[in-house]
Amino acid sequence: MAQRLGMEVSVALGEAVKLADADVIAAYPITPQTHIVEHLAELVADGELDAEYIPVESEHSAMSACLGAAASGARTFTASAGQGLELMHEVLYVASSMRLPIVMAVVNRALSAPLSVWGDHSDAMAVRDTGWIQLFTENGQEVVDQVLCAFRIAEDRRVLLPVMVHLDGFHLSHVIEPITLPEQTQVEQFLGTNQYPLPLHPDKPVAMGDFGPPFIYTETKWAQEVNLRKSKEVVLECWQEFGRTFKRHYQPVEGYHSEDARVLLLTMGSFSETAMAAIDRMRQNGQEVGLIRLRLWRPFPFSEFRRAVKNAELLIVLDRAISFGGPGGPVCSEIRSALYNQEKRPKIVGFVGGLGGRDITVDGFEQIITRGIEIGQTGSEQEFEIFGVRE
Amino acid sequence: MAKPESELTWQDLEIGSIVTEPGNASQYRTGDWRSQRPSHDFTKCIKCGLCYIFCPEGCLGQTAEGYFEADLFYCKGCGICAQECPTGAIAMQQEEE
Repeated sequence: MAQRLGMEVSVALGEAVKLADADVIAAYPITPQTHIVEHLAELVADGELDAEYIPVESEHSAMSACLGAAASGARTFTASAGQGLELMHEVLYVASSMRLPIVMAVVNRALSAPLSVWGDHSDAMAVRDTGWIQLFTENGQEVVDQVLCAFRIAEDRRVLLPVMVHLDGFHLSHVIEPITLPEQTQVEQFLGTNQYPLPLHPDKPVAMGDFGPPFIYTETKWAQEVNLRKSKEVVLECWQEFGRTFKRHYQPVEGYHSEDARVLLLTMGSFSETAMAAIDRMRQNGQEVGLIRLRLWRPFPFSEFRRAVKNAELLIVLDRAISFGGPGGPVCSEIRSALYNQEKRPKIVGFVGGLGGRDITVDGFEQIITRGIEIGQTGSEQEFEIFGVRE
Repeated sequence: MAKPESELTWQDLEIGSIVTEPGNASQYRTGDWRSQRPSHDFTKCIKCGLCYIFCPEGCLGQTAEGYFEADLFYCKGCGICAQECPTGAIAMQQEEE
């Protein structure tokens, strides 16, 4: 019987990778991802996980080693954060273009300078267009569940794409939470074995990552785009099957008192749970506010998102990253784009906050919503507002 | 391969554009990158094979008589063979096409 135990989320994540019986782990330690890879190194060293642990010299090498491992048909895992994710940036495109089912935990961290090891979504947004499937998580249980789902989605014959599981640095990675680890046999049944269709093997030589002259490059990119878009169906199917097996249910866009809300706040990641407390409090005061959270970031769930906001008059979007000199936070910018052609759409107000590990409290979320409503009525000359900056 | 690569549609591609036919790079004509072509004067050629060794494309081969000659399907016209030939048997000429 699966037990509910208090454990650090990073350790639980490592246990999920063990449950998935990963074959190869190649990683370079970086705060706040360190506890994950330390735990995995320990599991491999102690013989509890029969895997090849490759301690590489950089994140660029970590992802490159993962390419080779996945290309040979191994179930492959890595984790990174912030600057590390940036260092492996170019290899991320190679992983998705070559359709290699690698799973990576990204422990979201701010980008330098100034040096910050603390959490925000700058790293996630910088890798937005790398062609990976991207999932966001709010608590420790979701992290464990989504890592398991990530392997199943990535390795599905209809998908064969790498998957990132995002979790907030420190706010989520380093906290101790009650977590249920699923039974090994159930996980084995849920995941099956990795059957990469064209693995590197001397009996059947193939060439991967070849050069693509102008006469073929467009075709390769369109094939990749169609495949990533279609992967949404498999993601949904995976979450349904996960719900049936493990009794925990996931949706690409999730609501909290959102159905009848006039005003909606949109968040991603662990701050969503604090935002829920603010929604509760404002509802008690009679305000028709609600929350929606984006779990599936890539492929973007257009239809589910449009459905989730269709009754709202105002949509307030909180970004934990800045697109410098651009139209606002990257998420808000996409939300505007997703709704632009809709006949009926809410007004959209963008905030940027929670940068570099700065907390947003329940009071803070209440202030954001209150200010958002004010801007919704009066309008604003700014593209977005930054929350909590000292002036 | 059923179709030449330049006629493949996006649906024809293997996952991740994996190439499943070993050695199919030999079908790729690099000769049309050339702006100059080597011309060989076999009366000066001493069959030393230096051009063969230096050619970065590996496109020099021997004729039945043992003279060295570039395969113009692949030759990119870099001129290294002409530069290295000790007897001046290779001269670079402008491509007319």
